[in-house]
Amino acid sequence: MIEERFRPGDSEIVLRLEGVSKVYSGTIAVKQADFEVRRGAVNVLVGENGAGKSTLMKIVAGVERPTAGRIVLDGKPVVFLDTADAMGHGVGMVFQELNLFGNLSVAENVFANREIMRNGHIDHAAQERETAAIMDRLGAPIDPRARVEDLMIGQQQLVEIAKAVAQNVRILIMDEPTSALSAPEVEILFRVIADLKSKGVAIVYISHRLEELIRIGDFITVLRDGRVTGREALKNVDVHWIVRQMIGSDAKDFSAPSDHNFGDEILRAEEICLPRAVGGYAVDHVSLSVRGGEILGVYGLMGAGRTEFLECVMGRHPLASGRLYIERELVRERDVGGRIARGLALIPEDRQRDGLVAILSVAENLTMASLGKLTWFFHIRSRAEAEAVRGEVKSLTIKVADPALPVSSLSGGNQQKVVIGKALLTEPKVLLMDEPSRGIDIGAKADVFRLMRKLAAEGLGIIFVTSDLDEALALSDRIAVMSQGKLTALFDRADAAEAKIIAASSVGHYHGAATERQGALL
Amino acid sequence: MTAAAGQTPAQPVGGSLTLNLMRLRTFIAMFAVLIFFSFAAPNFLSAENLVLMSKHVALNAFLAIGMTFVIIAGGIDLSVGSLVGLCGMVAGGLILHGIDLRFGYTVFFNVPEIILITLALGVLIGAINGFLITRLNVAPFIATLGTLYVARGAALLISDGATFPNLEGNPAFGTTGFAFLGAGKILYLPVAIWILIVLALIAAYVAQWTPLGRHIFMVGGNERAAALSGIRVNRVKLFVYMFSGFCAAIVGLIISSELMAAHPATGETFELNAIAAAVLGGTSMSGGRGTVGGTIIGAFVIGILSDGLVMMGVSSFWQMVIKGVVIIAAVVVDQAQRKLQQRVALQQMAQLA
Repeated sequence: MIEERFRPGDSEIVLRLEGVSKVYSGTIAVKQADFEVRRGAVNVLVGENGAGKSTLMKIVAGVERPTAGRIVLDGKPVVFLDTADAMGHGVGMVFQELNLFGNLSVAENVFANREIMRNGHIDHAAQERETAAIMDRLGAPIDPRARVEDLMIGQQQLVEIAKAVAQNVRILIMDEPTSALSAPEVEILFRVIADLKSKGVAIVYISHRLEELIRIGDFITVLRDGRVTGREALKNVDVHWIVRQMIGSDAKDFSAPSDHNFGDEILRAEEICLPRAVGGYAVDHVSLSVRGGEILGVYGLMGAGRTEFLECVMGRHPLASGRLYIERELVRERDVGGRIARGLALIPEDRQRDGLVAILSVAENLTMASLGKLTWFFHIRSRAEAEAVRGEVKSLTIKVADPALPVSSLSGGNQQKVVIGKALLTEPKVLLMDEPSRGIDIGAKADVFRLMRKLAAEGLGIIFVTSDLDEALALSDRIAVMSQGKLTALFDRADAAEAKIIAASSVGHYHGAATERQGALL
Repeated sequence: MTAAAGQTPAQPVGGSLTLNLMRLRTFIAMFAVLIFFSFAAPNFLSAENLVLMSKHVALNAFLAIGMTFVIIAGGIDLSVGSLVGLCGMVAGGLILHGIDLRFGYTVFFNVPEIILITLALGVLIGAINGFLITRLNVAPFIATLGTLYVARGAALLISDGATFPNLEGNPAFGTTGFAFLGAGKILYLPVAIWILIVLALIAAYVAQWTPLGRHIFMVGGNERAAALSGIRVNRVKLFVYMFSGFCAAIVGLIISSELMAAHPATGETFELNAIAAAVLGGTSMSGGRGTVGGTIIGAFVIGILSDGLVMMGVSSFWQMVIKGVVIIAAVVVDQAQRKLQQRVALQQMAQLA
């Protein structure tokens, strides 16, 4: 319906996805999605975490093959076998997680796998010349001979973009390209985008930062839970519309906040600081507290320092400073083990990397952090361990045939429950959860949210980090907002409004004006 | 659908027979070589030969047990062979010459003391390995390669490259009786075998039933997750290298006691045999997986193979080729088993869903 209104627009469609679905073991990442990419325009794709944006783009870039549906390029159906094939068709992608070789030079990265050859060897001089020319065009002063790992993250992002630009792509996908950029670098990027646009390149732009989209986007597609929920020309929409499409009118299955009373203050963090290697602070004098039975949501954009804050509290960073009180008593333990013993537990954001030992069993993963409690002198009491495992499997409804199976055989949601179970077995007083709903399907999400409510009702203090505004609003008793390492606002649930939270989350960013404009829109 | 896990054993699924055969492959391989050589080599199954063979195997097995822990924790210890040589030389030197205090006095220790000193030396060098790896962030391969050279050089320096012969000791100094370790018997079995049995049981217990053992697996399986679970990763790593050094010291003592002589070149390439035995026994070089039992069987396969081939009169050149092929074959089967195992696990999950 919406489509008809702008389909006969001036921009022609280069690439179209028709009814594309992608199923991973256990979860459906993308359902029956239609998506159009127009020439010489910035095609914006938005959605919450786990809405399927990245998956959809990986399909376009040839990283993943769709389970169903087809890709139509220039009116002809195509199948991209791999990224090289997609690249051959003129589709390039700048990945969110940088795909660069840190040990090689900028020029070598730009020409990776399509080296300029002369007489059977690599013509380094020519590669460096061309790279310098591209960098010049991008207005980015980066030495082609510098090693990529010596560059700052923002510069690395620009190298990644240069790589795509160098290949003369017709369709360029950018997945959260500004998440690691500083203000001047963002300006460079936007200039590059305008330049590419004028040359007829179709840009697909994925971002969380709504103000950015409104500034540079031409067409917008909104994804929610793997489905396309809205398509419009950006000039016809406002932030409100986008948020509505993203979150949907049908409320998600957040369990209703129960009205229990909060206990005493259980954790207080004062002046937590974490210096950044490149200068400045990743966590900049953050002070927060949480009471027993309270859920404190920490909202912020990527790179706001939320994860680092939790890690500081957990004792992961030896360089962190600040004071921590549990039940009003100063915490002197500086290592993770000591802090676990004092009643802290962390559920990390990346469970594969930080949460689980993939090759070990479900049972071994569950009791990993609490073996001390299950040990008699130095002997693990196997019956007590089995008991503990059975208890967690049951109370968290972990779907597993046999706890002796490797944890890697579980679905994402069940793996997340194992990580939570592991934390709960240490009998924590405060639970620190970093993006607890990331990468799990909707049913498991609801389970996790219900569980958080239940644990809070039992008197646990919970601090959870999210970049999902809806989640923050629905689950939190209080919402703390971070931006650029600083705590920028703290709301009670009663007066937490989307507009205020979004405004607070972009304090200190380059677009002071954009934020104001957006505030006016809401 | 709530999970009813634990109470009901998992249903047998297709492919489980093959899987079980593959799990037992090292066992099967061991019996296969045993049976083969009992026909191919005369006297192979005689009691004396079996005892002799198990003494050879034991040396390898000690090192392999230590190596298994190191590899499970995600490291490697190349220094154990040199450490065998060094520890043998230290023990030999203490027996023959004692410690010269330069005032015309020389201190002699009795044999139990010498054994303790030597074991402590092994643990100390293991601790140095661990320190280099955990505190100074040297890659395990490099750190232990360094100590490999240092220890071998030190062993040669002790005697200027000469052998310490006739470690009989002097009754006046109380240094006699060293031969017991290598030649003594308790209940028909050599002392070395008893020591191996005790050490293997302790190691298997630690791996299976203690938090320390569990932590070793976790550190090797995912170091970051282990650290975030409050496991003291550095301590665990330090322990495995110290234990590996301890095992090497035992071997150094036993070899010099068996020969009643200490030679500084003893133990060359022993580290490679130890790695081979561990890998043959199913230890994953990427860490997190392995068993003490598997390693011992692996050591037996290698030991039986080399002794049997010697008895058959196969040239030592061919022996090396065969050993190499066996190791590679073992790892190939191991990979196949893992794939199959994953498939079975997925099937079980599918049945549940």
